[in-house]
Amino acid sequence: MSVKTYDAGVKEYRDMYWTPDYVPLDTDLLACFKVTGQPGVPREEVAAAVAAESSTGTWSTVWSELLTDLEYYKGRAYRIEDVPGDKESFYAFVAYPIDLFEEGSVVNVLTSLVGNVFGFKALRHLRLEDIRFPIAYVKTCLGPPSGIQVERDKMSKYGRPLLGCTIKPKLGLSAKNYGRAVYECLRGGLDFTKDDENVNSQPFMRWQNRFEFVAEAVAASQAETGERKGHYLNVTAPDPEQMYERAEFAKELGQPIIMHDFLTGGFTANTGLAKWCRKNGILLHIHRAMHAVIDRHPKHGIHFRVLAKCLRLSGGDHLHTGTVVGKLEGDRGSTLGFVDLLRESFIPEDRARGIFFDQDWGSMPGVFAVASGGIHVWHMPALVTIFGDDSVLQFGGGTQGHPWGNAAGAAANRVALEACVKARNEGREIEKEAREVLSSAAKHSPELAIAMETWKEIKFEFETVDKLDVG
Amino acid sequence: MPFQSTLGDYQTRPTLETFGFLPAMSQEEIFDQIAYVIAQGWTPGIEHVHPTNAMNHYWTMWKLPFFGAADLGQIVSELEACHRAYPDHHVRLTGYDNYTQSQGACFVVFAGRG
Repeated sequence: MSVKTYDAGVKEYRDMYWTPDYVPLDTDLLACFKVTGQPGVPREEVAAAVAAESSTGTWSTVWSELLTDLEYYKGRAYRIEDVPGDKESFYAFVAYPIDLFEEGSVVNVLTSLVGNVFGFKALRHLRLEDIRFPIAYVKTCLGPPSGIQVERDKMSKYGRPLLGCTIKPKLGLSAKNYGRAVYECLRGGLDFTKDDENVNSQPFMRWQNRFEFVAEAVAASQAETGERKGHYLNVTAPDPEQMYERAEFAKELGQPIIMHDFLTGGFTANTGLAKWCRKNGILLHIHRAMHAVIDRHPKHGIHFRVLAKCLRLSGGDHLHTGTVVGKLEGDRGSTLGFVDLLRESFIPEDRARGIFFDQDWGSMPGVFAVASGGIHVWHMPALVTIFGDDSVLQFGGGTQGHPWGNAAGAAANRVALEACVKARNEGREIEKEAREVLSSAAKHSPELAIAMETWKEIKFEFETVDKLDVG
Repeated sequence: MPFQSTLGDYQTRPTLETFGFLPAMSQEEIFDQIAYVIAQGWTPGIEHVHPTNAMNHYWTMWKLPFFGAADLGQIVSELEACHRAYPDHHVRLTGYDNYTQSQGACFVVFAGRG
């Protein structure tokens, strides 16, 4: 190793952190940022600044740098690419040595990669587009407590997407009335019902009361239908002690699944809860409140695919992904990209779906993709086609808005779902033949016939869904 | 004039999981589903149970899973043989997926008279 001397002052970042000849190691953690620099600052300098500020660097040279081997620990900007159709921004690729991060800690990874650097003055905008977690790092994380395959086995649900529903109105019901809504949905044919994310333990419905009435609703609906049922009991709480207390009570009541909001609750709480779920054999549903604050701006923040990857590492058995076709329209290619990142074992780079790196998850279990928000029976053929079997399709208004009530609404969705799965298995193109498949199923189900009549005015969306298949 | 409601009454009934909300399948429709299982590379298997134990995870296997089966008729014959041997039992077809170590398909073909 060469002997270095201390030269106080401010150096250009690119002297040390722009290394275009660097070949990333298999153990490096790689990141792709979309960078929009201040006018006049060279791309290499901005990219190097991002690498420096998210790893070992600071604005000034410091003497204590010479006490360590920064050549080993520094992050390196190793590639710059144009953003298609965008002249002011560019992609910067940065490689970080694995030893910069504590094992099993997405908290630590995010604190470095999306920490101070996002407020850096030389940048106008900065967006973290993707992270390649090396398999060596993936193996230090616990991941989903159960995963797709174990959940299917526990719940005895095979060969189709699962069906769910968020209980509405989301706020204001008493615990007993809330349990009634749960019971009606489950006896009608849903697999799961869900606490709205806003439901924690408010004055109108304290969590103990909700848990007890819901547990009775789950037990009664199981006994009457002969099918396994669950309700995502939201244990998101003001502090970890109360979160665990709620989780323990759900277990005491024999409930199969609980729920957490991973962004508002935070990754430390989420990872701890996931560990608890693994230990106690409870499934974990994950909501994503606050994600749009972080991921919606095209030039600033963190893309949802990164948040989804972080959740898979932190732990969760279900994660909301958007619906593509519902009230919250999402890009189909991009959604399919992060749905794969949640469920598959190896996902190759695919820029058409926004995937910047190969990602190898090894044996880490997969996460069910949850499609929820503004969807109804007419969307079913598209949803089954887009999301496939390893998904949870959640119809809130599309269940509880049925003219005959929750049970009939649930039955309508279940009939529609099973008709679509059966037709798909028969080799039919269910998105194109949506009307025939559903109409034919409705002949045996007055509940479905009425649901189709009720939501037929949402025909425009239905037509749009048809077009997507062609595109 | 007597009160006439336009509301329907949804009656709960035991539904036995996947395809429990569809009318009983015709022989041809069952053929299609078995063909799908085989086309996915899954191994068809047959299980049966008395309706009082339908919620158990483990139903009794009829023989062994039919490894390497390619003949739809053979699977249908086995389903019928199982049904004849246990006329009161539920009989279901499973598709074992050895990649996921799970079942890609599982549905009741003959519902027992509980």
